Amino acid sequence: MSWIINFLKSSIGKKLVMSLTGLFLVTFLVVHLIGNLQLLMPDDGKAFNIYADFMSNNPIIKIISLGLYAGILLHAIQGMLIAFENRKAKGKKYAVTSFENGNWMSKNMALLGTLLFFFLAIHMGDFWVKMRFLDVLNMVSYPELDYEVKNVYERVNLAFENVWIVIVYLIGLLSLALHLIHGFKSAFVTLGLEHKKYSPLINAIGIVYSITIPLAYAAIPLYMFFSHQSHY
Amino acid sequence: MKLDAKIPEGPIAEKWTQYRGSMNLVAPNNKRRLDVIVVGTGLAGASASATLAELGYNVKAFTFHDSPRRAHSIAAQGGINAAKNYQNDGDSVYRLFYDTVKGGDYRSREANVYRLAECSREIIDQAVAQGVPFARDYGGLLANRSFGGVQVSRTFYARGQTGQQLLLGAYQALSRQIAVGRVKMYNRHEMLDVVLVDGKARGIITRNLLTGKLERHAAHCVVLATGGYGNVFYLSTNAMGCNVSAAWRAVRKGALMANPCFTQIHPTCIPVFGDYQSKLTLMSESLRNDGRVWVPQKIEDSKAIKEGKKTALDIPEEERDYYLERRYPAFGNLVPRDVASRAAKIESDRGKGVVGTGLGVFLDFAAAIERYGKEAALSKGIENPDNETILSLGEDVIEQKYGNLFQMYEKITGENPYKQPMKIYPAVHYTMGGLWVDYNLETNVSGLFALGEANFSDHGANRLGASALMQGLADGYFVLPYTIGQFLSDEIRTSKISTDLPEFENAEKQTRERIEKIMSVKGNQSVESFHRRLGKIMWEYCGMSRNAEGLIKGRSLIRELREEFYKDVFVPGETNDYNPELEKATRVADFLEMGELMMIDALERNESCGGHFREEYQSEEGEAQRNDEDYTNVFAWEWDENEPRLNREDLSFEYVELKTRSYK
Amino acid sequence: MRLTLKIWRQKSTHSEGYFESYKVEASENMSFLEMLDVLNERLISEKKEPIAFEHDCREGICGTCSMAINGRPHGPQTGTTVCQLHMRAYKDGETIVIEPFRAKAFPVIKDLVVDRSSFDRIIQSGGYISVNTGQATDGNSTPIEKGQASEAFDSATCIGCGACVAACPNGSAMLFTSAKINHLEKMPQGKVEHTRRVVNMINQMDKEGFGKCSNVGACHVECPKEIPLSNIAAMNRYYFSAVFTKE
Repeated sequence: MSWIINFLKSSIGKKLVMSLTGLFLVTFLVVHLIGNLQLLMPDDGKAFNIYADFMSNNPIIKIISLGLYAGILLHAIQGMLIAFENRKAKGKKYAVTSFENGNWMSKNMALLGTLLFFFLAIHMGDFWVKMRFLDVLNMVSYPELDYEVKNVYERVNLAFENVWIVIVYLIGLLSLALHLIHGFKSAFVTLGLEHKKYSPLINAIGIVYSITIPLAYAAIPLYMFFSHQSHY
Repeated sequence: MKLDAKIPEGPIAEKWTQYRGSMNLVAPNNKRRLDVIVVGTGLAGASASATLAELGYNVKAFTFHDSPRRAHSIAAQGGINAAKNYQNDGDSVYRLFYDTVKGGDYRSREANVYRLAECSREIIDQAVAQGVPFARDYGGLLANRSFGGVQVSRTFYARGQTGQQLLLGAYQALSRQIAVGRVKMYNRHEMLDVVLVDGKARGIITRNLLTGKLERHAAHCVVLATGGYGNVFYLSTNAMGCNVSAAWRAVRKGALMANPCFTQIHPTCIPVFGDYQSKLTLMSESLRNDGRVWVPQKIEDSKAIKEGKKTALDIPEEERDYYLERRYPAFGNLVPRDVASRAAKIESDRGKGVVGTGLGVFLDFAAAIERYGKEAALSKGIENPDNETILSLGEDVIEQKYGNLFQMYEKITGENPYKQPMKIYPAVHYTMGGLWVDYNLETNVSGLFALGEANFSDHGANRLGASALMQGLADGYFVLPYTIGQFLSDEIRTSKISTDLPEFENAEKQTRERIEKIMSVKGNQSVESFHRRLGKIMWEYCGMSRNAEGLIKGRSLIRELREEFYKDVFVPGETNDYNPELEKATRVADFLEMGELMMIDALERNESCGGHFREEYQSEEGEAQRNDEDYTNVFAWEWDENEPRLNREDLSFEYVELKTRSYK
Repeated sequence: MRLTLKIWRQKSTHSEGYFESYKVEASENMSFLEMLDVLNERLISEKKEPIAFEHDCREGICGTCSMAINGRPHGPQTGTTVCQLHMRAYKDGETIVIEPFRAKAFPVIKDLVVDRSSFDRIIQSGGYISVNTGQATDGNSTPIEKGQASEAFDSATCIGCGACVAACPNGSAMLFTSAKINHLEKMPQGKVEHTRRVVNMINQMDKEGFGKCSNVGACHVECPKEIPLSNIAAMNRYYFSAVFTKE
């Protein structure tokens, strides 16, 4: 088994971990988005609350989410380690910084990743911790269910009344978009999936994905914030 | 001194095979105990080091570069000749041999050249096996092109970077031997002396260029593969670091310098533009396959072009003089280098030059672009293509063939060669002269070998295009690894050579004193300024054409300059430190002696042959006139500060008839 | 034209470096290195120590010249080495910052001179085809498809200058290493040692302290021979196949 350890210690092995966890998180973003878009349904949060209850109690989902947390942590920690090692490998930087040989995103993945990590901490502290571990949410009952569920919708709604929270989310999502613009195609290159005929397609999908997914996420706080505004 | 070339008996086609089969061998267990020093890691040095190590010898390899891959062989553009006859156009070993002897104006050694032609075929096989990405045809087989001075297509190439690819092949073979510990590689070490023990070359003194420390290295024999001395002219196509020092140090220890005045002036280089110019850039000879050389017929037109009032495009077809096609209809633009160079000089001297300095002619691709464009249109099924389509298709073909050269030209001159003809002028490129060696590539100093451009043997008075790579690799891969056994088989009882011997101590002391002498001058002029002045003298009096009066004057100017050097040179920095100025200084000091020897050699050779053109010896049409009666021999010089001594090796031509070279 | 040069001066590997400013006169036909030659001649005439910089062929093929100009290895033009860069790329009155190639695996020797011997060691670890002199078969015995040979050339054209490493914000040598691996991989003769080569060369690359590739692509942009970036993905592929499928 030493070959696996050697592989994971090699520069390409380390990058492979980044690539695979990154792509895993890319798929998670889609699933998470589909669930969360239910926040925008005109049913006072019924669909979303039932979905949230399912997501937090279904044993299979629970196991998957453990994988997700591991993926996030692995991506973040490995990313940090690589960033530190790379900084050491570069040594002194040039007095003049040029972006003519590479765009800003690709040269600042670690910075974007750190921003994302902080955003994730705020995001999870705000909803996930409150939902899972603190008994602060109101309960709500629906005729379809024979038990009460937590009213997560209400909590979300409340949060996005606050313009500062909305701004934090928008910054977080912008970081996500920038991180993805480089990360998406980079993950494929690291996997060795590069081909004159198909890479342009992968890159195009990457760009579309990196813009639409964060935009769709951003629609949630924005919609909620502005619908509050119009209620007054 | 009696010079014995040690040419084996037998008919020429069998000499090498028979000799190889009857040579003394060194058993594998003895090879392990024999040390060989190889100085230089270009094509000849790297291929020799790698091959000797593969055979089992202990090799110590030296280069002054930071890596063996930097040697100037890397800059060879056009290609490498080989008598493969893959094109079925009548090529053969004999024909390559014949072309090389004729191209060299009958001043090379028949037996050596024949062996070279034989080895040429194996070189291609070896390079292909190493993974050298030669150009190929659609069928996947090796492609060829033609070069100057021949009527067959036998040049193998890898775009315009053949030298690079071949050198990397040799470098990789060398790297493999370094990795297994059979070669100990010394980068950034410059050889400053060769050490003789009991008359045999047993080691070298080097300077570690990072620390300035002098080091002693011992071995059973020493191989010099240290390139040519074209930089004696200051401006040349050589790399800035190319120098004569290793060879010259050998000369100072008694080795003979052969035919030093045989310098190749390459016809297609980018002309000199400014006073600060540090080097000249070659445009591959392969360009003459498709480019047509011309100057305006009228001197007024040349004048207008020089002043920027007209461009080449303003000169109508009928007022252009395609002088190579006119004078040499059989070979046209593909005459050998010496002929093409001299013709360019003649036109420029007549006032027909087309660059500001007056020294330059046009190399025009318009006809080729049109021809290729029409062919391409035809093959694409475009009927009655318009002019623009033809030009664009034609430019594509030219780009395919010479793209990197065109790009290089544009970078340097700022002019677009697809639209305007290139401007070119001859420049010093290669030195056919070098250390005198016998058939074994051994100099007159026992145990001291010289390979590649550093020796004199194969190109006579003029080298044909794409033959330098061939010779470097033939010497390194296929000749020396055999012939070195002739020497080393007698050395199997010699134990390791100690660097504590008084000879080493002495050589190190002399080297130290030499460096201190230069450092302690503390004058006012830079090394570069001396080098520049030396170059001017060489070009003026020992350049493309020479005469007795000029050579005598040139010699005395060099002697004066040498004296001034030791009185007024200023070398900044420390002796025991990384000091590029000091490196240059010791090299220029050697050039200042070599330059004088070149003048003496050129003066002594009262004939015109190949790259050596003496104005006194020319036909009415301005063609070179050889004197076979007196000069069918090699001049091998023993150096002496006051009066170098001449030795002659007579050349006999049994398989090629001596004729006046004609390319008409 | 008049220019101000801010040039990195550093006495030796372990001493501290600093920028020093010089005013120079240049003409537009000069190459960049000739401009530095002129400056050095002046420094020598003032009995000062000239600026140490490496250079040799001055025609863009030996890979010796190495300096970053305004933060870009080999200066502003693509597909160009410093020695091919001419002053017509600059305007009168400009300030130009000149630094050595920056990377931990390329320690500074003096001023603008760096040690790139790590590249040699990467090649020594496997960047060759193991064929002894004399073992070869006829050159035409193995046809190689024209396009494939041409692709091999595109990788083999690397001059080992180190601009890729110098350009990379991570100091990674992936483009250099992958170019050699791909060159040999594309030749049928090189396939034989495929597994050994890719594993050993990548191990050596890591051992030399180069950084990890994050696919920024600066290496390709600054490469004077414009070696395709696709080499890197291909090398990853070969590496996975070597590690996961071979003994």
